[in-house]
Amino acid sequence: MSVFLVKRLSTFIATLFGASILVFLALEVLPGDPALVILGIDAPESAVIALREELGLDRPAHVRYFDWVGHLLQAEFGTSYTYQVSVVELLQARIGITVPLALMAMALSIFIALMLGIYAAAHHNKGGDVTVMSVSQLGISIPNFWLAVLLILFFAVNLRWFSSGGFPGWDKGFWPALASLILPAIALATVQGAILARFTRSAVLDTMREDYVRTARAKGLSRRATLWRHVLRNALIPVITIMGLQFANLLAGTIVVENVFALPGIGRLILQSISNRDIVVVRDLVVLLAAMVVAINFLVDMLYAVIDPRLKARDV
Amino acid sequence: MRVLNSESSFLARGLRHRSFVVGGALSLILTGVAVLSLFWTPYDPIKINIRGRLASPSFEHWLGTDHFGRDILSIIMAGAQNSITVGVVAVSIGMLLGVALGLWASARRGWTEEILMRLSDFMFAFPAILLAIMLVATMGPGAINAIVAIGIFAVPIFARLTRGAANAIWAREFVLAAQAAGKGRFRITLEHVLPNITSVLVVQATIQFAIAILAEAALSYLGIGSQPPTPSWGRMLSEAQTMIFLNPWLAVYPGVAIALSVLGLNLLGDGLRDIIDPRLARQR
Amino acid sequence: MVLLAVEDLTVTLDTVQGPGRAVRDLSFELAKGATLGIVGESGCGKSMTALAIMGLLPENARTDGRVLFDGRDLLKLSEGELCTIRGNRIGMVFQEPMTSLNPVHPIGRQVAEALVIHRGMSRGAAKREAIALLDRVGIPLAAQRFDHHPHQLSGGQRQRVMIAMALSCGPDLLIADEPTTALDVTIQKQILDLLQGLIDDLGMGLILISHDLGVIAQSVDDIIIMYGGAAIERGGAATIFQELSHPYTQGLFGAVPRLGQRRPDGQPVRLSSISGTVPELNDLPDGCTFADRCELVSDECRAAAPPLVEISAGHAAACVHLRKARERWQL
Repeated sequence: MSVFLVKRLSTFIATLFGASILVFLALEVLPGDPALVILGIDAPESAVIALREELGLDRPAHVRYFDWVGHLLQAEFGTSYTYQVSVVELLQARIGITVPLALMAMALSIFIALMLGIYAAAHHNKGGDVTVMSVSQLGISIPNFWLAVLLILFFAVNLRWFSSGGFPGWDKGFWPALASLILPAIALATVQGAILARFTRSAVLDTMREDYVRTARAKGLSRRATLWRHVLRNALIPVITIMGLQFANLLAGTIVVENVFALPGIGRLILQSISNRDIVVVRDLVVLLAAMVVAINFLVDMLYAVIDPRLKARDV
Repeated sequence: MRVLNSESSFLARGLRHRSFVVGGALSLILTGVAVLSLFWTPYDPIKINIRGRLASPSFEHWLGTDHFGRDILSIIMAGAQNSITVGVVAVSIGMLLGVALGLWASARRGWTEEILMRLSDFMFAFPAILLAIMLVATMGPGAINAIVAIGIFAVPIFARLTRGAANAIWAREFVLAAQAAGKGRFRITLEHVLPNITSVLVVQATIQFAIAILAEAALSYLGIGSQPPTPSWGRMLSEAQTMIFLNPWLAVYPGVAIALSVLGLNLLGDGLRDIIDPRLARQR
Repeated sequence: MVLLAVEDLTVTLDTVQGPGRAVRDLSFELAKGATLGIVGESGCGKSMTALAIMGLLPENARTDGRVLFDGRDLLKLSEGELCTIRGNRIGMVFQEPMTSLNPVHPIGRQVAEALVIHRGMSRGAAKREAIALLDRVGIPLAAQRFDHHPHQLSGGQRQRVMIAMALSCGPDLLIADEPTTALDVTIQKQILDLLQGLIDDLGMGLILISHDLGVIAQSVDDIIIMYGGAAIERGGAATIFQELSHPYTQGLFGAVPRLGQRRPDGQPVRLSSISGTVPELNDLPDGCTFADRCELVSDECRAAAPPLVEISAGHAAACVHLRKARERWQL
């Protein structure tokens, strides 16, 4: 088991480094002088040179990379050129929006997926299954930002149950703050939930075809008992793996949805930084998000090992 | 040598499958509208007419006009061009590079394959939109940059798929026979492996097309995709959001267009998959 | 005392290509403590028969006829009633020990599960009983192995676990569907001996299904040979082996290579084989299902399904040209 753990841990760290290299290279290899981009094409040469020096762009690439990573590991993110504060400061308030939103959306989508997926599998090829499949087919086809706009239209503009955007802040009371996250979470969770529901359904159906399910029935277990005791435990293994992978999609979705609802989260910050040509912020935030994704996948892997006893024995 | 699937003709089986029919119809409509809009739209989608702004649907303007007085139906039609272009180019990039890499990895095995698969795993761990955002951040917003970004993150998907499917073919007996007869790996790849994985690739291409349309719509919505005045459904949606209290319907039409296009392609992909491997269809 | 009576059992499957008849008018009886072997090629309907008895046929299957167990027609029972019989009064062992056990549950728990359900035993009592069962089927160090998972056991051991599971509640009838097919030859004998011993000890009825004649020959009292869903010959094991009467049976047995076999003139014997292949389920002819592959075929054969004709006490075969077939085999 410990061998497994060590292997996974080293893969995790390697992936983190890989992600950081990827981000660094992406911004490196691409045409465009960051200093020029920040100051604009019409900026005087001297200003550009000065900025380049200030940003340390005149040093060789690998020096800059290690310098950057070194700072990251000490949780020292860069300084935003636009706001002239450290990225960490910018993050402080915003993490309190993006993370709860992502968690809410994840929880909701898992709930939707399990309910619909298991229901559809249990009613395979009957009315219930067809309904779920059709609805989920629609769910994966609609853009989540459009769903968000529709939700605003219906619940905020028409019914006035929720505000149409913005975030009051946690200090103004727990419930109003949470309420402003509900519509965004639903927008995110619907699409994610649809994807996961379909996957859950096929995982359950595949598992139901396994020989040991037939054995369970032959022992006298009812269909329901077989489902709960034998099918689900096995079917959930691939489902959990996919959920981990889907987290990346979810984070991507929060970027867009935050903009729809004008929530001042990390996603909004990234986009504003793009408009402001604040490369430092973009780079650091992207790496942060990537790290979050990798971390979640790592946790999922660990969970996987707990659930599937076959992994403990073998060297995966 | 192409290993054939027995049973009735492709079209006969196709018509039996509702997904294929509905998806095919929607996709054809999308393509048709895009092509048509190259030659004709009810009005010029770009022309501004402030006096007629925010008109309700009427006989002259079937879907009404937007805040600049442009005919919505025309913009939607012209927007189809954008979507199709994105889909075609992005998927082409993804397929060309991805399939080539996958075939190469499968033919070579060993280290090459390992490294390639690790790399594509990395990219999976990376939210695709982040990559697009990063690229756009440095290269500047614009349709081309967005398309390239979307195409790039399709590469690992195709690479992985190709490698998996190709591996299965390499293990088949007729390939072993070809190897025993002295055929080189390159020729085997071209003559034996590639023809047999085409169907799987086509299905994935259809689905990637749908994903590309969604991704571009998201980027355009955020303002970092196609720029004005090129008609784009995503951007229509973001403009409509500012008008939401004045004319909520503006937000509905582009979304419906995106949804129907993506739905059509997804159904088409599902239908194709069912037809190509009916065994899977019965199990599902 | 008759334990199981199958009367005119017919199983039809609704497939994409049309209805397919998997089992046709099958009838047999099994007495308590008796052993019956069902032999035939893949696709002849033997597994379907077993599944029909257990009520575990696939969704697209329809049944006709009766399966009387303990005076009740199993085909007419509700799912709930069947659940009280499966694993309790009738146990079943399947072919693939590698995949027939749930990989994420410990094997001991899987053996104990039926006990908890049918006997209402507590976890602790069921565990003790399960360990005893594992010991009985020959799993060494049963108490420690209780918590092991299937992947920690060999194929032969997993099959023993399957047998323990099937016998846990002391059923009156055990159905073993190809229990040794996936195992090595040396392990096969062990498993068959184990089954034999358990049957004798517990006085159960046994239905052993196999395509392997060697397995059947040494293990059962009576044999039914199936082809294309129908029973084409039946009788005592010894009788059948000595008096192969149906052309198919003759072909089947003649196809088994025997060491040192020579013709009367000293020449080596050619391995006989039956030409053709088993017909598709939805392509089955109305007449004798073997007609297209039989050397003795005539128009009469294709007209209608030949009935079982009695040859001697307990020995019957379904062939129009029975006399000619027997003469061919010098009977």
